[in-house]
Amino acid sequence: MSEPFLIGDAMTGGYGKGPDILHDCTIAVNPGEIAVIVGPNGAGKSTAMKAVFGMLNVRSGSVRLDGEDITNLSPQDRVVKGMGFVPQTSNIFTSMTVEENLEMGAFIRTDDFSDTMEQVYHLFPILKEKRRQAAGELSGGQRQQVAVGRALMTKPKVLMLDEPTAGVSPIVMDELFDRIIEVARTGLPILMVEQNAKQALEIADKGYVLVQGRNAHTGTGKELLADDEVRQSFLGG
Amino acid sequence: MTDTVKHILLFVAVGVLLVLEGTTTALGVFSGSWNSSLTILNMGLISAIMALGVNLQWGFAGLFNVGIMGFTALGGLAVVLTSMPATPGAWSAGGGSILLALVLGAATIGAVILLRQKMAAGRLRSLATLALLIVGFFVYRAILDPGVDAVESINPALEGNIGGLGLPVLLAWPVGGLLAAGAAWIIGKTALGLRSDYLAIATLGIAEIILSVLKNEDWLSRGVKNVVGLPRPVPYEVDLQNDAAFVEKAASWGLDALTASTIYVKLGYTCLFTLVLLALLWMAQMALKSPWGRMMRAIRDNETAANAMGKNVTRRHLQIFILGSAICGVAGAMMTTLDSQLTPGTYNPLRFTFLIWVMVIVGGSGNNFGAVLGGLLVWFLWIKVEPLGVMLIEVITAGMSADSPLRAHLLESAAHMRLFTMGLMLLLVLRFSPRGLIPEK
Amino acid sequence: MDFLNALVALTNFVLVPGIAYGSQLALGALGVTLIYGILRFSNFAHGDTMAFGTMMTILFTWWFQSMGITAGPLPTALLALPFGIAVTMGLVVGTDRAVFRFYRQQKAKPVVFVMVSLGVMFIMNGLVRFIIGPGDQQFADGERFIVSARTFKSLTGLDEGLAIKTSQGITVVTAVIVVAALFWFLNKTRTGKSMRAYSDNEDLALLSGINPERVVTYTWLIVAALATIAGTLYGLDKSFKPFTYFQLLLPIFAAAIVGGLGNPLGAIAGGFVIAMSEVMVTYAWKKVAEYVLPDSLAPSGLVQLMSTDYKFAVSFAILIVVLLFKPTGIFKGKAV
Repeated sequence: MSEPFLIGDAMTGGYGKGPDILHDCTIAVNPGEIAVIVGPNGAGKSTAMKAVFGMLNVRSGSVRLDGEDITNLSPQDRVVKGMGFVPQTSNIFTSMTVEENLEMGAFIRTDDFSDTMEQVYHLFPILKEKRRQAAGELSGGQRQQVAVGRALMTKPKVLMLDEPTAGVSPIVMDELFDRIIEVARTGLPILMVEQNAKQALEIADKGYVLVQGRNAHTGTGKELLADDEVRQSFLGG
Repeated sequence: MTDTVKHILLFVAVGVLLVLEGTTTALGVFSGSWNSSLTILNMGLISAIMALGVNLQWGFAGLFNVGIMGFTALGGLAVVLTSMPATPGAWSAGGGSILLALVLGAATIGAVILLRQKMAAGRLRSLATLALLIVGFFVYRAILDPGVDAVESINPALEGNIGGLGLPVLLAWPVGGLLAAGAAWIIGKTALGLRSDYLAIATLGIAEIILSVLKNEDWLSRGVKNVVGLPRPVPYEVDLQNDAAFVEKAASWGLDALTASTIYVKLGYTCLFTLVLLALLWMAQMALKSPWGRMMRAIRDNETAANAMGKNVTRRHLQIFILGSAICGVAGAMMTTLDSQLTPGTYNPLRFTFLIWVMVIVGGSGNNFGAVLGGLLVWFLWIKVEPLGVMLIEVITAGMSADSPLRAHLLESAAHMRLFTMGLMLLLVLRFSPRGLIPEK
Repeated sequence: MDFLNALVALTNFVLVPGIAYGSQLALGALGVTLIYGILRFSNFAHGDTMAFGTMMTILFTWWFQSMGITAGPLPTALLALPFGIAVTMGLVVGTDRAVFRFYRQQKAKPVVFVMVSLGVMFIMNGLVRFIIGPGDQQFADGERFIVSARTFKSLTGLDEGLAIKTSQGITVVTAVIVVAALFWFLNKTRTGKSMRAYSDNEDLALLSGINPERVVTYTWLIVAALATIAGTLYGLDKSFKPFTYFQLLLPIFAAAIVGGLGNPLGAIAGGFVIAMSEVMVTYAWKKVAEYVLPDSLAPSGLVQLMSTDYKFAVSFAILIVVLLFKPTGIFKGKAV
């Protein structure tokens, strides 16, 4: 198998000088794919993603983007390299309008980004409608759209979402997943951490089940959903 | 060298500075007068007590009090109200109505609080609150004003104030603490539990208000006309000089009566202040080691965790805030006693609030001995920075002609080097030695 | 006629001074609130920054005057203002580099920043007293009045005069221009928006590639300009005395908190709330009351709620009420 587009390879590490949370954990994603990290509470799902994004001290293993070793770059530098990250909480500028949120997303770009903004509006029509409204006044699902839209404004080469459906209703969750699929169809690789394992694996091209910071099961979404052990332990039968 | 030895040496160093001040005029810094040395020591002891109080708030609990001046001034007021004799005729002329007005004013506020508890929220409650406040205010003013006028017209050149209770002056010290505690309770109730900055701003405010009350309420404190001739806990120099036995004794020490009497009086104060300082230091140390003190520091280090453990953080903060402020009040009363006059015009936040902060930070926040050391040392420096500044400017301007206007301006401004130096010292200690000279254990 | 006279008296003694003072407080509070929004601490050195900026402006004014440069009917200080701002900007940014940046890198608690700002306040205070002395300085020149009381009386035939000082007119005009420029900057420019973004959500701003040091530098530059302008306007209107500027801290903080710390719009509203309350509570209403009320009800006293010596008590009382009932301020601020 050739080198994946983005890979966190055999990562071991923890926050600051704290104990290791990840142990030899590998996460990868390729263009056009949705890769999903699932697992029980405290399995290190978000931690694994943060490790890929450089918010964690990776003591061994490496992170490579498009063949380039970026293990030692800061998160900010990774954004410049083409990684888009949507944190789980506080992922929008609540006091600023939707449009300003998108503009801030494009802050590092020096070229004209009106095209990208149009694309984001095309992807999330509701945002265009509310572009003059303060983002903090929007509903939970709309806020998540703003957050994803903000990350898309840098024209990232890979998009990482940390539990995008946390705290939204099931209907909104379905809609958000639809949007995410749509984004993936544009060829953008998506790496996502999800609490709602079943639904997430249904749309996933690749799934990583983590247990206590280690890779427990890896496979396509369908394979994992069909795997009895995975079903019994994490998906409630 | 163990830490303890080092810390003892630091205190010894301050002692040496004071001895040098008393014995030598070398270096142009020291005055070679025991009189001056004791003056510095006495104020240093008072400063140490204030620093102890502030350290209780900051070092133990992380509370930022920027109103030390106000609590100190309240202590000063306590001396007037406790120890001065009542002005003849003041109580019959207007004292009663002033007291009545104050009680009514307090009752109005009490009634408003009660009203807000009893009535349901809404427009009606707001209107009732407003009406009550307005009526209360006018009734208060209607009763207060004539009383104030009557009191202030009694012999205004010398008195014009209500006077005090005529009690022994030492009693004023705890009373000063009580007054300060009362003010601290009001502020703490309001601003604690909010962001730390708010307490700072609220205390800054209360200090200004207390001071403007002292400066303007002539019936209470004679305002900027000052109250002089406060009773003293130690004998008067004149009496000593007229005391044949004392003069004889002084002569046997090789001192003239004048010097001996001033030194004797100052030593008297030194003993009293040292006693108070030691008592407070002992209490502060006991508090620090007690479960209460440990919990305070636990709260300071992790408020969220303490909250989660079911500790009522705001309540604990209120306790320590009141205690610390009360200590500042006691120190304020002691200072006014030492001056034997209340001069509201001389209270200045830079001197009475921010300098105390420099003492706490330089000495070592969180350590009671550090606070005491900081109080003594920084006070000495505060006194000596001025002559040092003048010397420095003289050196800098030595090359200029004697009538150069720049030189004259610089020499004239040298006094302001104090603030600059203190600020610099604070910043340097905060940056390079944030734990201070005697760090917290 | 009586009613008109009452209205003019009210305008002359309450509205005009209140609006001028309110504008000065608003500009001061804007500086405090910007620092709070971006650097997240209450800057106790702000009053002394204002004093420093004003002092520099005064020094330039004297220099210009000595060279015979004036602004005609307007005060020369207006010409000196840009130079005063430039020097203050240098001082403030230098202070940030030398002092505050270290604690940012340490991620120190806000209360440590407040403490450090105390040290800075000491130094600035000493600097100002050292250079210009602790005394009062008058530096207003040019026309004293836009409308003088006498002209107004002869013009309208009313008993009451209305005087508008040049300094008051300049204060309001300058404040409007400055506030408009500030809001344009914050809402329309990329740098301004990045400042708002940083104030709103620091982590996300970092993720978006906003350089915090740049934001902080811009903030100090703007704050230096605001402080110098506010201080100079206050000095022109009243007089310059270092200690008075230190004392302005209380009403300025009160204004910023009343409006909601970190909220620029709130700072302006807060400035006017504080200034108007102060002027109204300390104004002797006797004159107005005599015009409006029938003779039988005319008051015998001054009808002054509090003596002017207690003007700080007004700021303080408002501050306490806000802290008790609405600690986030009228406009929702950042701090609780």
